[in-house]
This record gives sequence, structure tokens and C-alpha cells, in this order.
Amino acid sequence: MGRWRHLPIVALALAVIAVHLLTTVAGKPQYLTQLTMAGYYSLVIVGLTLLMGYTGQISLGHAGFFAIGGYTSGLLTTYNLYPRNGQLLVSLLQACGLLLAGKDMYGADLLLVRPWAACGVALLVTIGIAYLVGKPVLKLRGHYLAMATLGFGTIVYKVVLGSSLVGAADGISDIPAFPLFAGLAVTGKSALRTQNYYVAWGLVLGAMALLTNLIRSRVGRALRAIHGAEDAANAMGVDTGRYKLQMFVLSAALAALGGVFLTHYNGGIGPSEASVMKSVRYVAIVAVGGMANLWGALVMGVLLNFLCLRGSFGSYDDAVFGLILLAIMLFAPDGLLRAEFVRRLPGLRRRLPQRRVP
Amino acid sequence: MSLLEVKDLGKRFGGLRAVANVSFTVAAGSIKALIGPNGAGKTTLFNLIFGALTPDSGQVWFDGEQTDGWKPHQVAAAGMARTFQHIRLFPKMSVLENIAVGRHVHSRAGFLSSMFGLPWTRREQRAVREKALEIMRFLGVEGLAEVEATSLAYGQQRIVELGRALACEPKLLLLDEPAAGLNMRETSEMAKLIARIRDTGVTVLLVEHDMTLVMNISDEVLVLSYGEKIADDKPLAIQKHPEVIKVYLGEDDA
Repeated sequence: MGRWRHLPIVALALAVIAVHLLTTVAGKPQYLTQLTMAGYYSLVIVGLTLLMGYTGQISLGHAGFFAIGGYTSGLLTTYNLYPRNGQLLVSLLQACGLLLAGKDMYGADLLLVRPWAACGVALLVTIGIAYLVGKPVLKLRGHYLAMATLGFGTIVYKVVLGSSLVGAADGISDIPAFPLFAGLAVTGKSALRTQNYYVAWGLVLGAMALLTNLIRSRVGRALRAIHGAEDAANAMGVDTGRYKLQMFVLSAALAALGGVFLTHYNGGIGPSEASVMKSVRYVAIVAVGGMANLWGALVMGVLLNFLCLRGSFGSYDDAVFGLILLAIMLFAPDGLLRAEFVRRLPGLRRRLPQRRVP
Repeated sequence: MSLLEVKDLGKRFGGLRAVANVSFTVAAGSIKALIGPNGAGKTTLFNLIFGALTPDSGQVWFDGEQTDGWKPHQVAAAGMARTFQHIRLFPKMSVLENIAVGRHVHSRAGFLSSMFGLPWTRREQRAVREKALEIMRFLGVEGLAEVEATSLAYGQQRIVELGRALACEPKLLLLDEPAAGLNMRETSEMAKLIARIRDTGVTVLLVEHDMTLVMNISDEVLVLSYGEKIADDKPLAIQKHPEVIKVYLGEDDA
């Protein structure tokens, strides 16, 4: 078994290459744009799958973490520090090489935070906020946890919608590209479309490799134990409060990473990314994928986000995701890709092992 | 030498005195039973000892440390393990995985080392698996390793829960009604199993209603009634104790 550990990751890498070739052969290279965006959304989804599906802690606020990441990086890389040049903090940042001087299209001087530094700050800010929010909120369970995280998501949404600093209802635009290394940058320019597709899916591959390792480990077992019977897990020595918080922060950091990259890729971010309906969408995708099914969530996430971004659902995409959530809860609470659901389909019905009662 | 010492432990739920000034000790290497009518405060006492509840008064000393006010995971790390009156196995996990969770306090891989799959974490995983299988062999359930634990028959679930507690390699094992829901044959097997566990050097404190089991395997019996200790003695003496007979059979029959 140990030898085949990496097989799913290798298969995913091959699938990523195959999809690229397929779009080329089919003459639809523009699909790579939506697949790149879907890749970044997948980072939110796989993190949330570990939090919800494996650890059993719902969050209706993950769009908030995505937005905190995206907005922080977007604001830092567009906010002109030139007028404040000479101030202690600005000089300090400049001395550390964190700032980038330039000129805008009218020739005015610009002094901006370098994208990699902005990305780092965005992740740290998100981790800090996730820790502060998670610490009290994760003591709650079930409906109460759902409501508390919903409250957090609403606050983030209303703050970005109401702050002129981050463009209020218009959001932030003209966010610069995020240069990774020579010749490669996270940007929506069509010349770099293929490269950006591989950047996004490289991140997804990395996240999947780390998370599949995690669920097979001692920590993964403890997280599933918390989901199944929290008091019993605690009695077995699992510091349940700490594990839930660590998982919450990890999933928030993944959401923020997706937010940062997608924001630089799109060159902008708006308040809709922080909306509660976005959080509901992520939860719906985790549910469709089968809750405790990392691969199912990834596949369904890419599929649904791709269709949505292609405009297949028209302007009804929020309604579609609401409907999906409703249908899944009613008819396939273990997700579409679960053997139990397939077996329940007419004609395939097989006797399931009955649970024995004393 | 007592492994566990409970001093004047008290707990109220609103106006109800669930446990009132209970003191007792459990000698290392012994089996002590905790009996009493329903609602006597037995499970509350267990929860106080294990840290699932915080006492209003009194102290708990375990293995030389004062553990009252500790969280269950801290108590577990100190060398105590428990089973539950209503079986609390982890659903959607195999028998092997359930027992492997019991190895938590004896392994140390964290989030980062696990995510990067460091070689030592994989070695640790193999060691956890080996130990879990060893415990399954001790309990005679090695054939069930890959079966989903909550799909097992009730009696087998009790054994698996016991195995999960044993995987902690506890100094003190707390069993909350280990024979509840078992038939006569299963109950006598459970009694033998508990005695075997004691023989491996584990101290046992158990709550049980099955008097045959209690009287057969216990070194000492503690009787609770309405949260108060009414007797604490050898099994034979307990059977003759007038107060105990009154509690169990009623005033008129005594």
C-alpha cells in the first residue's frame, strides 16, 4: 500500500496535462481560463472538505477567508504609498525590499508593496483572523457553529461592501500581476494562459498531496474521531479543541491562498467574493462531493465551478447551488460519488449490511 | 499503594446533589467495582474522575498528581483510559482505526509533519498499526480489523471499545457498565477478560449492575446511594452489609 501512496497525485497530474491537451485538440484554449479559476476555488473546497467532511465542523464563512486573502493582497499591491514616502513605516518597508517603485500610466510616481510580500501578509492576516474567530466559535456545535460562522461571513461581506478604502461595491481593480519567477507571472494575459493553468493546478496538486497525507496520518485519524464522537476522542487523549482550531486555520489559509492567486489572476476582486452565497456554494460542493471525500469534492468543485464560470447556469447560479444543496441533503446525503448512492439507484439495489441492534 | 485517591468529591446539578463528599482509594493492580441503584451518581463520579465534569469540591489524585480540573485528554495522557456506558465507537471507521485512535497519547505526529509525510511519521504509523493488531489478538478479534466498527454486533462493539481503551496502555482503566446489553455467556467472557487485563498489571475501576460479575472479579466494592458512599469493602462483606441490602431490596425486606 505504501508504494502506491502517490498514485492518486500522479493520476491527478496526468489528468491536468490531459485536460490541457484536450482543450488544445478541441481548439478551445479559452476553457483554460475558467479551469484556472476553478483550480483556485478548489483550494477553498479541499480545505473546507477537511474541516467539514473529516472533522465535522461546518463553516458558512469560508468565502470571508477567501475574500480577506484576496482583498488584503489586492489592496497592498494597489495602495500608493508614494505620498507617505519618508514616513518611518514606509521607509522601513522599503529598506526591507518589500516595496516596488514605478510610474502609473500618467507618469505619476507609485510606491507599492511587492506582490509576494502582499501575498505573505494576506496569508498571515487570514491565519490571525481565523485563529481569533475560531478559538471561541469552535466551542459551538451544529446549528450554533453554522450560525456563528455565518455571522462572521456576513461581517466580512458588509465591511468590504461598505469600505471606500477597498472600493465599496466596485471592489478593487487594476491589481498588478504576481510575478513568480522570470517570465512567469500570475496574470490574466492570454499569452500566459497555459502557464497560469499550470500554476493554479500545481498549487492544487501541492495542496492535495499535503491533505491526502494528512488524512492518512495520526492527525487525520484524530480528526475523523472528533467527527464521529468528540467526547470519546477527547477521552482517548485527543486535544479536540486544539485540533479543531488547527484544522479551521489550515482551511482558512488554503481559502486565502486561493483568494490571493485568483485576485491577481483576475486583476481585481469585488464584494461578491465575500458574499454568504459564495460560502453556501462551497458547502454545497463539499456536500455533493460526499462530505468526507477529498477527491469527490475536487471533481465536483471543478465541474460545477467550470460550468458556472462558463455561464451555463445563466444568472441563476446561486439558485442552482441552493437547489443542489437541497437535493443532496434529501436524496444523497453521502454525496453523488459514493458507492451507497450508486447502489441505491434502481436496478443496482443490493442488500447493504444491516446494522445490528442488541 | 493507591493509584487513585478521591477526596471529598462533590458535584451538584442545580438542586440535585449528584455526588456528595465521596472519598475512596483504588489500590494499584486491583479491581474495584462501583455499584448502586440507578441515579446513585456512579457515572457522574466517573466523569469527575476523568475530567469530563469539573467537581464543585474535593480532589482527585492520580498516580501522584492532582488531576481534578484537568481536561479528559490531559487525564488520558497521564495514563487513564475509559469506556462508555452507551458505546461511543467512531462511526465510519474500521475496528483497526478505532483502536488506533487509542494510540494517540503514545504517538506524536502533528499537522505539519503529517502533511509532509516525514519518514518518521510513517514508521510511527506502522508501529501504531502493529500495536493495534497486537491488542486485537489479545482480545481475540484480529479477524475484524477492516470491518466498520459500528456495524458489529453489540457484544463485539463492547470488546472493540475495550480494545480502544487498552490501546492507551493505561495505568488505570475505567469501565462504565462493561456488561450492559450482553447476554450471560458474553458477560462471563467479559468478566474473564477484565480479570486478564488486571493480570497484565492494569488497575481497573468499573461501574456495573451485574452482581455476579462484580462479586466474582472485584477485590473491593464501593456502594453509592443518592450520591453518598454507604459502603466500601470486600465483596463478601458488602453482600452482608445491612445498609447495602436495604438500598438494594428496600426497607421492608431488610
